[in-house]
Amino acid sequence: MATYQEFIQQNEDRDGVRFSWNVWPSSRLEAAKMVVPLSCLFTPLKERPDLPPVQYEPVLCSRPTCKAVLNPLCQVDYRAKLWACNFCFQRNHFPPAYAGISDINQPAELMPQFSTIEYIVQNGPQTPLIFLYVVDTCLEEEDLQALKESLQMSLSLLSPNALVGLITFGRMVQVHELSCEGISKSYVFRGTKDLSGKQIQEMLGLTKPAAPVQQGRPAQPQDHSVSSRFLQPVHKIDMNLTDLLGELQRDPWPVPQGKRPLRSTGIALSIAVGLLEGTFPNTGARIMLFTGGPPTQGPGMVVGDELKTPIRSWHDIEKDNARYLKKATKYYDALANRSAVNGHCIDIYAFALDQTGLLEMKCCSNLTGGHIVMGDSFNTSLFKQTYQRVFTKDYNGEFQMAFGGELEVKTSRELKISGAIGPCVSLNVKGPCVSENVRLGGTSQWKICGINPFTTLGMYFEVVNQHNAPVPQGGRGAIQFITQYQHSSTQKRIRVTTIARNWADAQSQIQHIEAAFDQEAAAVLMARLGVCRAQSEEGPDVLRWLDRQLIRLCQKFGQFHKDDPNSFRLSESFSLYPQFMFHLRRSPFLQVFNNSPDESSYYRHHFVRQDLTQSLIMIQPVLYSYSFYGPPEPVLLDSSSILPDKILLMDTFFQLVIYHGETIAQWRKAGYQEMAEYENFKQLLQAPLDDAQEILQTRFPMPRYIDTEHGGSQARFLLSKVNPSQTHNNLYAWGQETGAPILTDDVSLQVFMDHLKKLAVSSAL
Amino acid sequence: MNVNQQAHMASPYRQPQPALQGYSQPGYGEPPTQYAPYNGPNPGYQQGPAPAGYFPYSSLPSKALPATLASDLSSNSSSPLDLGPVRPSPNSGPPPMLTPQGYSQYTQGDVQNGPPTMSGQPHRPPVSQPYLPGSQPAYHQHYGAPHTGMQQMTNQMSGMHVSAPPPAVSGYAPSSHPQTSVSFSGVPSFSVSSQQNSPAASLTHGQPPSQPPFPGSPPLSQSPFPGVPPPGSQAQYSSTPPLPVSQPQYSSTPPLPVSQPQYASTPPLPVSQLQYSSAPPASSQAHYPGAQPPPASQAQFSGSSQTSPFHAPSSSFAPPAGAPRHPGVQPMQALPHSQYLSGPPRQPMQGPPLSQQNHVAPGPPQPGMAPGMQGPSAQPAPPGQGQGVHPHQNGAFGQMSGPQPGYGGSYPGPQNYGAQPPPPAAPPQKRLDPDSIPSPQVSELPAVQKTRHRIDPDAIPSPIQVIEDDQANRSSEPFTTGVRGQAPPLVTTNFQVKDQGNASPSYIRCTSYNFPCTSDMAKQSQVPLAAVIKPLATLPLDEVPPYIVDHGETGPIRCNRCKAYMCPFMQFIEGGRRFQCGFCSCVTEVPPHYFQHLDHTGKRVDCYDRPELSMGTCEFTATVDYCKNNKIPQPPAFIFLIDVSYNAVKSGLVDLICAELKTLLDYLPRESSEADSCIRVGFVTYNKVLHFYNVKSSLAQPQMMVVSDVADMFVPLLDGFLVNVNESRAVINSLLDQIPEMFADTRETETVFAPVIQAGLEALKAADCAGKLFIFHSSLPIAEAPGKLKNREDKKLVGTDKEKTLFQPQTSFFGNLAKECVAQGCCVDLFLFPNQYVDVATLGVVPSQTGGSVYKYTCFQVPSDGDRFLNDLRRDVQKQVGFDAVMRVRTSTGIRATDFFGAFYMSNTTDVELAGLDCDKAVTVEFRHDDKLSEESGALMQCAVLYTSCSGQRRLRVHNLSVNCCTQLADLYRNCDTDTLINFFAKYAYRSILNSPTKTVRDALINQSAQILSCYRKNCASPSSAGQLILPECMKLLPVYLNCVLKSDVLQPGADISLDDRAYLRQLVTSMDVAESHVFFYPRLLPLQKLDVEGDTLPTAVRDSEERLSKGGLYLLENGLHLFLWVGANVQQELLQSVFNTPSFGQIDPSMTNLPELDNPYSRRLRAIIENFRAQRPRYMKLMVVKQDDKLEPIFKHFLVEDKSTSGGASYVDFLCHMHKEIRQLLS
Repeated sequence: MATYQEFIQQNEDRDGVRFSWNVWPSSRLEAAKMVVPLSCLFTPLKERPDLPPVQYEPVLCSRPTCKAVLNPLCQVDYRAKLWACNFCFQRNHFPPAYAGISDINQPAELMPQFSTIEYIVQNGPQTPLIFLYVVDTCLEEEDLQALKESLQMSLSLLSPNALVGLITFGRMVQVHELSCEGISKSYVFRGTKDLSGKQIQEMLGLTKPAAPVQQGRPAQPQDHSVSSRFLQPVHKIDMNLTDLLGELQRDPWPVPQGKRPLRSTGIALSIAVGLLEGTFPNTGARIMLFTGGPPTQGPGMVVGDELKTPIRSWHDIEKDNARYLKKATKYYDALANRSAVNGHCIDIYAFALDQTGLLEMKCCSNLTGGHIVMGDSFNTSLFKQTYQRVFTKDYNGEFQMAFGGELEVKTSRELKISGAIGPCVSLNVKGPCVSENVRLGGTSQWKICGINPFTTLGMYFEVVNQHNAPVPQGGRGAIQFITQYQHSSTQKRIRVTTIARNWADAQSQIQHIEAAFDQEAAAVLMARLGVCRAQSEEGPDVLRWLDRQLIRLCQKFGQFHKDDPNSFRLSESFSLYPQFMFHLRRSPFLQVFNNSPDESSYYRHHFVRQDLTQSLIMIQPVLYSYSFYGPPEPVLLDSSSILPDKILLMDTFFQLVIYHGETIAQWRKAGYQEMAEYENFKQLLQAPLDDAQEILQTRFPMPRYIDTEHGGSQARFLLSKVNPSQTHNNLYAWGQETGAPILTDDVSLQVFMDHLKKLAVSSAL
Repeated sequence: MNVNQQAHMASPYRQPQPALQGYSQPGYGEPPTQYAPYNGPNPGYQQGPAPAGYFPYSSLPSKALPATLASDLSSNSSSPLDLGPVRPSPNSGPPPMLTPQGYSQYTQGDVQNGPPTMSGQPHRPPVSQPYLPGSQPAYHQHYGAPHTGMQQMTNQMSGMHVSAPPPAVSGYAPSSHPQTSVSFSGVPSFSVSSQQNSPAASLTHGQPPSQPPFPGSPPLSQSPFPGVPPPGSQAQYSSTPPLPVSQPQYSSTPPLPVSQPQYASTPPLPVSQLQYSSAPPASSQAHYPGAQPPPASQAQFSGSSQTSPFHAPSSSFAPPAGAPRHPGVQPMQALPHSQYLSGPPRQPMQGPPLSQQNHVAPGPPQPGMAPGMQGPSAQPAPPGQGQGVHPHQNGAFGQMSGPQPGYGGSYPGPQNYGAQPPPPAAPPQKRLDPDSIPSPQVSELPAVQKTRHRIDPDAIPSPIQVIEDDQANRSSEPFTTGVRGQAPPLVTTNFQVKDQGNASPSYIRCTSYNFPCTSDMAKQSQVPLAAVIKPLATLPLDEVPPYIVDHGETGPIRCNRCKAYMCPFMQFIEGGRRFQCGFCSCVTEVPPHYFQHLDHTGKRVDCYDRPELSMGTCEFTATVDYCKNNKIPQPPAFIFLIDVSYNAVKSGLVDLICAELKTLLDYLPRESSEADSCIRVGFVTYNKVLHFYNVKSSLAQPQMMVVSDVADMFVPLLDGFLVNVNESRAVINSLLDQIPEMFADTRETETVFAPVIQAGLEALKAADCAGKLFIFHSSLPIAEAPGKLKNREDKKLVGTDKEKTLFQPQTSFFGNLAKECVAQGCCVDLFLFPNQYVDVATLGVVPSQTGGSVYKYTCFQVPSDGDRFLNDLRRDVQKQVGFDAVMRVRTSTGIRATDFFGAFYMSNTTDVELAGLDCDKAVTVEFRHDDKLSEESGALMQCAVLYTSCSGQRRLRVHNLSVNCCTQLADLYRNCDTDTLINFFAKYAYRSILNSPTKTVRDALINQSAQILSCYRKNCASPSSAGQLILPECMKLLPVYLNCVLKSDVLQPGADISLDDRAYLRQLVTSMDVAESHVFFYPRLLPLQKLDVEGDTLPTAVRDSEERLSKGGLYLLENGLHLFLWVGANVQQELLQSVFNTPSFGQIDPSMTNLPELDNPYSRRLRAIIENFRAQRPRYMKLMVVKQDDKLEPIFKHFLVEDKSTSGGASYVDFLCHMHKEIRQLLS
């Protein structure tokens, strides 16, 4: 067997799973001492080009409380046509279709390489994808124009039979009816009055005239005819909708001097949710909210319309000075939950220079798996490209989006589920696998309404095996993830991933466990915990908690002599972890300084849904250095890497910064790249651009692209990220050719490590 | 398309406007120009006064006459009769008399009368000339005319005069015997002149006979008055055989004497006759009989006078009718015929055969008579005429008692009383008359006995007669308003008004033009003091609309204390530096810019240059201080809200509306000076939800915005909802094309209502303007929404104490909504198209409180009701309307406006707030004393209406009216206007049923009327037998009209009338003006057999009784809401052919709503009449063809208000008896 590195990589590629520990401590007590919980990052729909879905239904364990899916880990008696559930040990008969089963004629789900397998389930009518645009009309003219164009463009990206709907809002909310010819028709709601879903459906005329007589007949077809007024197949109303979008006007209500436009975002969302709730419950749908400012009236307002009262800042929030915060948050939270229950996801595209209330609205996307994209204006490529990328297609020509995902987790007896962190919402399903110590969710099932191949959840487990009941040698713990979802082809699919890991006695086999530590996954998982705490706790508390965890981990796995910091050593599998923690502490996910509440929300939103690689980039940005002295190379995220004759490319996930060193910048200013004899310089300048372009092409959301140079104002993006190894405080560095000093009081990694060691070895703790 | 259409359409629609333009054009913007036109008249005016001594006239006569008259009348009237005297003096009687006198120099006396009477223009010229040599033409008309007397008058006069000369004097004399006599002396000469004018023949005829009689009569009458005369009448009653005949019936006879005297004075005769005539010719005749021979002739003449206009037509009929009826009368034939014609119609009307027979008998004698016109002079005449009876009717109704079946029993009293005098007293001759009258069928002799049993309907006061007389006497001369306290002609009379300081009767009519000085008097008489004000009334085309006055930045000049506006009642003092308010007497400084010197009479030199100083009505431009929120208002908006639920779509209504609106939008009201209307329009459709439309001109297609949140209505769009029609023409047309399509397949049956109003209201709020909502609604709003209603129609409640709840709104929601509407100036016009109960009582709350109208088309079908609806809609959209109006009535110290009736809202006790005020809306105001009034200063009232015009200008329209004050009840009774009184009573009663059971309300009405009449009887007609029913001349129609009110659907519903209809009518009546309420309660019934197909005169109407219908006749009946064409079963084929294009009665299609357009004179004329009727009424009347004995006939008969109604309403005769009983009870 190869190294753990390879093992981990292989597992991730095959199952989309990264565990913090790949060998599991076999008792509850031991597990608790490991500091980093037994947990994993799970990417339910990880793209698997090599995994052909099977066209039949999974075989389930017959025990009602179990219902685990037949998998390669099950013991099978081919002669008796029996299989034993590896979770509950129930013995089950194969269904009749499996009559021909034998050890040479195995169904796919029993083959070891199919630890992840996807079933296509044929049942019920297929419903097309649904896209409901919710458009703010209180925009500047150019912004609105750009938005309109993007929306019109998006119609061409949709599959012809996808259903689209349009809601516009400003002071009022308009639900546009798309079916009529000639006269364009819309239902209008005032933006200040909260309505229940039922009321909304009544007002939209969606409630069918009561005809309970014909109960036998499913009302499905009628249903569609009714709702069809608002949601129409793209191919039918392509032209109409394009015209309609073209005719969209800015909100006509006058905005007096010194006021914000009245924007009824809350009601608009509520109506969108209500509309879909009434017409297409449990069907994949995206509500796409495009807004250019904060909600200023009605439920869900985050700021009044007086311009003289600024929108809440972190400062206000700390002082409990944000009048609308709690109410609005609660409002959107309720909306998100309603939407999630029906399997609809909400995307928020908020483009404005000021805040737009993402802090309050974030749960709409967070709970439903929708996107949040934030920027300055709809009239930027950041929006246009990102929006286009929503409709990216996979190698099969299908959208890289799936809907209405439901993730169910099953564990073997020694384990229980304690929670999940990600763009999901608990379905509150109690079961034998659910941990008593509820921290997150208290369920074994989650709903992930909007899901794509990169959506990654952090799953947290608890070892419940008691210390005095050791797992037999060679025993394995198993976890099964069952993800049902609606594929973008509208098929209903079930993906089952079953994984198993060895148990180890932490006392006797600590080194095994230690070696099987996945510090990258652990860092991300711990970060998610931290971010999750940060939503509800004070920033310093979270940092303190994080520090303590780090120190405890170091104490547990470090090798040192008591009270001798210099003797402190960490094994290779832990070596990077403290550094991740250092950068995490400085990251916008935990630090709110210099970020607006909206920005923090935005960063956190993305952090808890991206896969491991992206998450790591977010924690510790990647820095590449380009120079004449060799090929581009990754360099330390450290101020010492900032050198005059180098070009740096930093990727923080949200930003791409190209930084030209002082000398390079001067050369560039002098125009050397234009001269034929300095072709190489031109190439040097071009290299990071090309690399950046590559990232820009693929990442969602598209990062902010910053091209700056030494002394440039935008260089702050870089300077704020690098480890301030040289600052104005350690003067000795001045003038040396070792990098650029950072004007900060922040501790450098060096200082951080010193303290860590000191604390780790301290016997006082 | 559109363009063309517009062009075409424009002309018809705009036609009216041009006129307006013309008027406005004078340009009020510029003072000079403004006044230019105005000045014209002024100069004339001024001049007039000087030479003519115009003022003197007014002043002298008014005082002198009134006093004398009053006294006279009171005395006379009391003894003679009732109304006869009273009325005559003011109206007809005196006028003629006076006029002549005036000419002769009696002007003084005439003054009052003169003007009113003026009738014969032709004569005028000469008259006037002689009269006022110096006076200018203008003058002549006013003053001269009266004197001269109309042609008719002349005729009558001539006739009358002839006989009258002597009597006339006396007649008038009655009021002032001495004077009259004097005048008389002069008169004769006059009479001559009149004679000249009039056909010699007639004159001659009339004269000879009449004269003789008169001479005799006058004395008689006079004598009676002085001392015996009354007795004479009394005697009659009591028993005086000779006189009695007529007298008996006549209890009124006394009037006869009186009248006679009047007659004596030729003019008076006509007058009296007129009066009588009103009572029915019979009465006049009766008088004559009373008067004896002469009367007969007179009667004839009277008849003639009456008939004069109708001679031609009547003649044909006359013969038969006249002949049969009044044998004795016949003598008059020659004259009579013509006369009869007029009179005749009635007779013929009645069961022709019977009457004929009866008459026939007498007939023979008649012939004899006829030849010797003189016959009339002979006593027979009176008897023969039976008219004698009529007179009785006029005056005394005692007789009526017995005859009637149902009634007789119930009211023994009347029988006795009534019966006693007449029958017994009635001498043979007279008996004949009376007999014949009461029971024409019965032979004379037997009749005697039967007299008691039945009252001849012809013998009781006839509305038709009164109307005809007034029309004849007062329509020819303009009514000048310069003199205080003049009673204008009846509303049914066509007359021109010259504003000389008091508002035209078109704007204000009072129940009385002589207010009692003290509240005690007012209480005693029980006559309500009220005014019906129609502030924005449309004037006839030949009258000048109010001038617009701009007082500049400071706004109109007002009294400092009571804030009354500058008007002719302000007295300038101290050389013009100050003025004293006529209302509160407070002295206010004249602002420097308004200062003007006074002339030697204390008048401002510029008095006639300033409309506000010389006109009863003028309009001020208001300054920003008079605007809401001190902001110049935006031009108003019209919002059309169309029900598109299943019922509305299915009935074709939506199609119809949309098609109509396309053209109608070109004719929105506008200022005459503007090319296009400033009014913006908006559109909403609705069923359970509301659909707003964005019709912004920049759109290619309209956009529909649905608001389903009916619980909390709002306007979904700002820009593009209210648009200028011309700018958004294409989009609007597209919208109107598409609306019917869009809802063609609707299944939605439920509707909302309150949110619809809220929507309009919110839209106006958002646009910050006033406006009008046109709501087209089809069903009870049962959809879940504010103002949701339930069906509460419960016929079991009718007649119970809980009935009133049915007229009250179901919920207070609409009341509050109305309040909001008023605050915004949002007027709501509601068009209802119900198939079943819609609760008009509740739905109508907002319209009725915002100055709006409710139109109701039950079971609407396009073919049958489409025309009516479209015409109503057109008119409603186009009519001149003011918005956001506040009306305030200020009065002299001493009285106060205390109660208001109409479609408005009041947030305090003085300001009438009208979100919208259109030209058809009238407000009735009741006044009460809070102190004493003085005879000297009279009672002044000023009605100021502040409103926003259709172009968004803020204006103040001010109407001023002065009436006299009296300390004698007789003066009060002499100057009443019964039509206005009825208007008030109706409104009062219709409001009372909201709080009291209908029976209580009816009883209260009867009681009050009885008190009014008994007070008159007690104080103004003292020396007469208790058994006599004596009515004041001005109020002799009070019983018949009152009965119409009492038996109206609202107060006494039949089984077939729905609750909605009652509620609808109740609200409708609330804002009616006098003309409307008059015809509404007493429909106009025209016989069409003999149409003057060439001329434009209408046939004389007949009374609303089935007896008046002839099987062989065609009749047209209108009441302002309905129009019936009744076809007798025996109508001649040719007539049917020319009207219906079918020779057979059976083939007439009763479902037609318009007559076929046939190219023959008769058809053309008939259709022209129908169109004319329709044009006169604010609402379009659908024509219903009713065939005799057809199943629809009961509907028609419902409007024959003199008959007993199926719902239990009394017949006229029965009711009169009942009233008599009530009065007697009060007296005893």
